[in-house]
Amino acid sequence: MTVIVKKTTQLIAGMVFMYGIYVIIHGHLTPGGGFAGGVILAGSFILLILAFGSDFVKLMKEETGSTLYENLAILIVLLLALSGLLLGTRIFFMNWMPKGTLGQLVSAGMLPLYNIFVGIEVAASILTIFLALVIFKEEMKE
Amino acid sequence: MEIAIAIIAGLMIIGALYAIHAKDLLSAVIACGIVGYGLVICFLLLKAPDLAIVQIVVETITLIIMVAVVLDSSREEKFSKPDPQGYVSMILSALIIGVLLYFFIISVSSLDEFGKSTLRMSGPYIEGATEKTGSANLVTGVVFDFRGYDTLGEATVLVTAVLGVLTILRIKGKK
Repeated sequence: MTVIVKKTTQLIAGMVFMYGIYVIIHGHLTPGGGFAGGVILAGSFILLILAFGSDFVKLMKEETGSTLYENLAILIVLLLALSGLLLGTRIFFMNWMPKGTLGQLVSAGMLPLYNIFVGIEVAASILTIFLALVIFKEEMKE
Repeated sequence: MEIAIAIIAGLMIIGALYAIHAKDLLSAVIACGIVGYGLVICFLLLKAPDLAIVQIVVETITLIIMVAVVLDSSREEKFSKPDPQGYVSMILSALIIGVLLYFFIISVSSLDEFGKSTLRMSGPYIEGATEKTGSANLVTGVVFDFRGYDTLGEATVLVTAVLGVLTILRIKGKK
């Protein structure tokens, strides 16, 4: 890509990443949440890869890492849901943590935790699909 | 507001029709984008910012991936003349579309009025959600608390999709 695209990406990618984190963490207060924020996070990585086109070996390493994060995050979501069975009133997906005051950042019990881990899972999934497509194209060339 | 939604829906239909008939595949992909972004404006007009955020981000990323795919393969659509079997299936599909349209018109007349639903579940969701979940955003409260199973299913579908993509695309690497 040209210098203009590279420079703009350098300036914007970090802000896109921060905005994704904001959307995920404030998911229980403002519109958005785990799914939307996760896709924005993946978008910042995709922007960087499209602009700079990092090399093949590094991409394969990143794919392994993103698959690991994706599976770990969905496992943690499942464990958090199971924790409702062990603690509190023994219901799957029980919101047993204290709720706090309405509208504060740390409130709503388990919901922010679900948002964060679903966000990690969605971001890693979309990034993995994109990386798999890029690596497939590189492999077809050889 | 309903007039604005009708205008945007009309634009979306024009975009979809152009996407089918465009000679250049790149302009067909961009015309598909009209449908997605028109839907974003419809969601905003219907006061659903959660859906609008998801739709705008997903639409942008799918558009990027589709443009990349079109630029790497051919930009021309390849046509082939239909043989006798093709004509038979064409007539058959036209017949099936006619039958489906007939039942669609019957069922549309018995639907609820636009914006008024007779489902009983939406009332308790809207009234009790803030106290029960402690979440200021009603949508998150419903998605992660009342309908937690649903969300878990969606997340699992995403994991399964990634597993499928990796299985299909990495045959050459595993050899």
